[in-house]
Amino acid sequence: MAQQLTAKEPTPQQIVEQKLYTQMGVTDQEFELICGFLGRQPNYTEIGVFSVMWSEHCSYKNSKPILKKFPITGPRVLMGPGEGAGIVDIGDNQAVVFKIESHNHPSAVEPYQGAATGVGGIIRDIFSMGARPVALLNSLRFGNLANDRVKYLFENVVSGIAGYGNCIGIPTVAGEVMFDESYEGNPLVNAMCVGLIDHDKIQRGVAKGVGNPVFYVGPATGRDGIHGATFASVELSEESEEKRTAVQVGDPFMEKLVMEATLELIDSGIVLGIQDMGAAGLTCSSAEMASKAGNGLELYLDEVPQRETGMTPYEMMLSESQERMLFVVEPQHEAQAKEIFDRWGIICAKVGKVTDDGRLRLFHQGEEVADMPVKALVDECPVYNKPSSEPASFRESAAVDTAAFDEITDLNGALEKVLASPTVASKEWVYNQYDYMVRTATAVRPGSDAAVVLVDGTRKALAMTTDCNGRYVHLDPEMGGRIAVAEAARNIVCSGAEPLAITDNLNFGNPEKPEIFWQLEKSADGMSEACIKLDTPVIGGNVSLYNENAKGAIYPTPVIGMVGLVHDIDHITTQGFKSEGDVIVLLGETKAEFGGSELQYVQNGVPSGRPPAIDLDVEKQVQGAVLSAIQQGLVSSAHDLSEGGIAVALAESCMSGGKGANVSLTSELRPDHLLFSESQSRILLSAKPEQADALTALLSEQGVQHAVIGTVTGSSLTINVNGKPAISAPVLQLEKVWKDAIPCLMK
Amino acid sequence: MKARVYVTIKQNVLDPQGTAVQGALHSIGFNEVEKVRIGKYLELDVDTTDRAEAEERIRQMCEKLLANTVVEDYRFELEG
Amino acid sequence: MKFAVLVFPGSNCDIDCYKAVEQTIGEPVDYVWHTTTDLSGYDCIIVPGGFSYGDYLRCGSIANFAPVMNEVRKAAEAGKYILGICNGFQILTESRLLPGALLRNNGMKFRCHQALLEVVNNDTPFTNQYAQGEVVDIPIAHGEGNYYCDEATLEALKANNQIVFRYVAGANPNGSAHDIAGICNKAGNVVGMMPHPERAVNQLLGSEDGKRMFTSILNAWREQHGAAING
Repeated sequence: MAQQLTAKEPTPQQIVEQKLYTQMGVTDQEFELICGFLGRQPNYTEIGVFSVMWSEHCSYKNSKPILKKFPITGPRVLMGPGEGAGIVDIGDNQAVVFKIESHNHPSAVEPYQGAATGVGGIIRDIFSMGARPVALLNSLRFGNLANDRVKYLFENVVSGIAGYGNCIGIPTVAGEVMFDESYEGNPLVNAMCVGLIDHDKIQRGVAKGVGNPVFYVGPATGRDGIHGATFASVELSEESEEKRTAVQVGDPFMEKLVMEATLELIDSGIVLGIQDMGAAGLTCSSAEMASKAGNGLELYLDEVPQRETGMTPYEMMLSESQERMLFVVEPQHEAQAKEIFDRWGIICAKVGKVTDDGRLRLFHQGEEVADMPVKALVDECPVYNKPSSEPASFRESAAVDTAAFDEITDLNGALEKVLASPTVASKEWVYNQYDYMVRTATAVRPGSDAAVVLVDGTRKALAMTTDCNGRYVHLDPEMGGRIAVAEAARNIVCSGAEPLAITDNLNFGNPEKPEIFWQLEKSADGMSEACIKLDTPVIGGNVSLYNENAKGAIYPTPVIGMVGLVHDIDHITTQGFKSEGDVIVLLGETKAEFGGSELQYVQNGVPSGRPPAIDLDVEKQVQGAVLSAIQQGLVSSAHDLSEGGIAVALAESCMSGGKGANVSLTSELRPDHLLFSESQSRILLSAKPEQADALTALLSEQGVQHAVIGTVTGSSLTINVNGKPAISAPVLQLEKVWKDAIPCLMK
Repeated sequence: MKARVYVTIKQNVLDPQGTAVQGALHSIGFNEVEKVRIGKYLELDVDTTDRAEAEERIRQMCEKLLANTVVEDYRFELEG
Repeated sequence: MKFAVLVFPGSNCDIDCYKAVEQTIGEPVDYVWHTTTDLSGYDCIIVPGGFSYGDYLRCGSIANFAPVMNEVRKAAEAGKYILGICNGFQILTESRLLPGALLRNNGMKFRCHQALLEVVNNDTPFTNQYAQGEVVDIPIAHGEGNYYCDEATLEALKANNQIVFRYVAGANPNGSAHDIAGICNKAGNVVGMMPHPERAVNQLLGSEDGKRMFTSILNAWREQHGAAING
């Protein structure tokens, strides 16, 4: 086999002698394995291909032992992890397709494009399955918003998400934004996409049928993003700014065209296999398609559309130019496929062929320039069982009494402080930049517990949310993992939907540090336990490791993206109080639990102690009762309690509904403890006066602890604790504080 | 031949982007900046050697597409 | 009555416009691709919102040169009803079927939310079912909705009653001149507006105030053809 060389490209001997493979993230032991699989030393193109396929981002070599813990099956699961996205049945021959993915490292360096291409990538994962994308969500984390660089990242990430999502015409309907110092050097940008598909249209990324042609569609390939997958697999440093050329640039208009043409192609029924080119571009898509079919692939790189001159095979295989897809059809369908792409003005080039030898062979300028076994690329990357060790700080934190702070007497002031805290404050500044209405199906817009999107042509709808409290996970990864899943389900249920399944984005620090790996293990244990208890299997997800810099790692942040099914649009419920005179009911038990709470953050700036405890049996009971009550038409509003506890939940239901409330609480707890504690499994409901008895009867029947605490009335929020005034403020005043917080900081 | 086309927003049209950039420059210490207007710069590689014809055709390009003459002015330079 | 919803590469709200026609008045409606050279069979042409041609160069600047626009010009001259919504409005100004231009929002950010509009002119084919001065709730979603025209043009628009919708006082989301949200041509058969009436035809989704734009147009057409209905 001839060697493809430019003046710059190293020889196999040079690769060995200078250990060039280490720059690509390949260890000495891995290099030896690769030589073993090849039966010789790799050339530059081959080691490049192996390095991206064996990067953490593509191979999950550090996280596989973790991912194995997740429950991935269930009666509704049609497709679990392993394809572009997971698929869950919703009845009537329809299914929902969804997945979440991160673009953390690129967003830290070039926030607009990093976020934009993150959105682009996740959308492709959905439509490559044959599903029509119907909604976008995003989960964002930034440092303290008082910091100029943080403002810059925040502003541009939101612009990037808006710029891409709005242009392609998919509504961005929900998400979360959280601010904490721990994310300062490592912002998190997780993008989720939800799509709808009929069962018989489901596609897979397989290179099926020996001899069949392989097609490339999308814009020409350039040098963008080379080693993007490797970049995502290391810590950030000052050199990262120089790596700016490794950030891909997105073109949402192009993706809109590719999406429409691809869906039309899939609809025609001629596609045998299709996959998008995401991380590691042509390399990952071709290797995975071949692997899943148990076949091999030949690629003719001269046929790959190129927008730069003199591109080498290495560059073409590693390029992460956006908006490209690979698909396989039978030869007699080639003309039909081409006609569709011509009409949409998109390049469609035949670039390869399916073979039966299980090898990925690359040809360029008349010569074979690479020859690698597919199995070695996709399946043989070693899996590492990293050491894990519980930090001393965890053992010590059990002794911390998170409720041991001086009693807060100015409770109005405390409420305003928490409402103004950017994590809790209104995100209107963010979501008003997103078109959340396009496709005219958004029944519940950003601002409630979960978004709800109608399934056109039926009386069904989908509820969707992203959730994770990184502080809780930091203080106790297992408990935090349970809570993340439980909170997502709570939000789904409060919107009138039955939780179906989750997609997860594990955002963690450097897994080579035993204490970080311990966080991964424990949070996965907690998540799995909750997923099993609440019947929400994991149908796919993403792992983003090495989210740390010289100052340290981010809080472990396993973001949960959950979708639920609203069985009938009459069940759709929002968090705002609805009518004067409605009865307010609080479900669940409050204890003085402040570890990782917003109040603790506002007071101390750092989390300490253990997070609130969660009893998954109680959680399941509460959620089940609320969903039943909603389905029986007994509920006017439902809102889960999270950051800021009862006080904030009441304020939010008042502000959302534009109504006041008169509430009386009795407790052995101190008023400040009662009002701001973040105890789990609590939900705030309101009901029409004539429904109240039936509601409380149902709750009693289901064994759910509850109390009627007041009525919706007037225009102020008034809370008495044990007969004494605790909080009294006009709702408009609270709303001003809550709505102005972020716009003021961003001026 | 290479044409460099400059498209600018008309003087009497408000340019909020320019104002925003001026504010940002001030905030990082460049207070001497009195006005900022933002426009577009286009480079066209044109396959012709007839300068007069190129000028006329570039002018038409500007009038028809490259500038919206309701709100934008244009000028261009030819070289080569 | 036959409706055409134009589809350019990058149009997004074509589906929503199509659904709106079906759901509000149930008249026959077709998607029409931008390469079409014959629109003579249609009574009303809707130019929908979205990002035609990626908003490259200027919003609507490239759509202006699509083959179908010749047909739109002919239809406008023949007195057919033309409704341009959001990007559609931008396309109609670029094609000079409507005066003025749409510039970037003065706040420099994309804005998506409900908007209260005053119906200034209820004498157009699209607004005859509204009361004059009525305030309606119709959402916006745009980054370039800042309507601009020179002084002379603005005076002419006022004098000829060509201003159809204005944002209510104090609620102008983009800095548009004279709070203009939508205008019509002199003849009154071509209307362009930045807000999205097709997104306001279902109370479940936030507002029904856009429904009457569709019943108005059906009403106008029927009057023209001899049989009026109530909206």
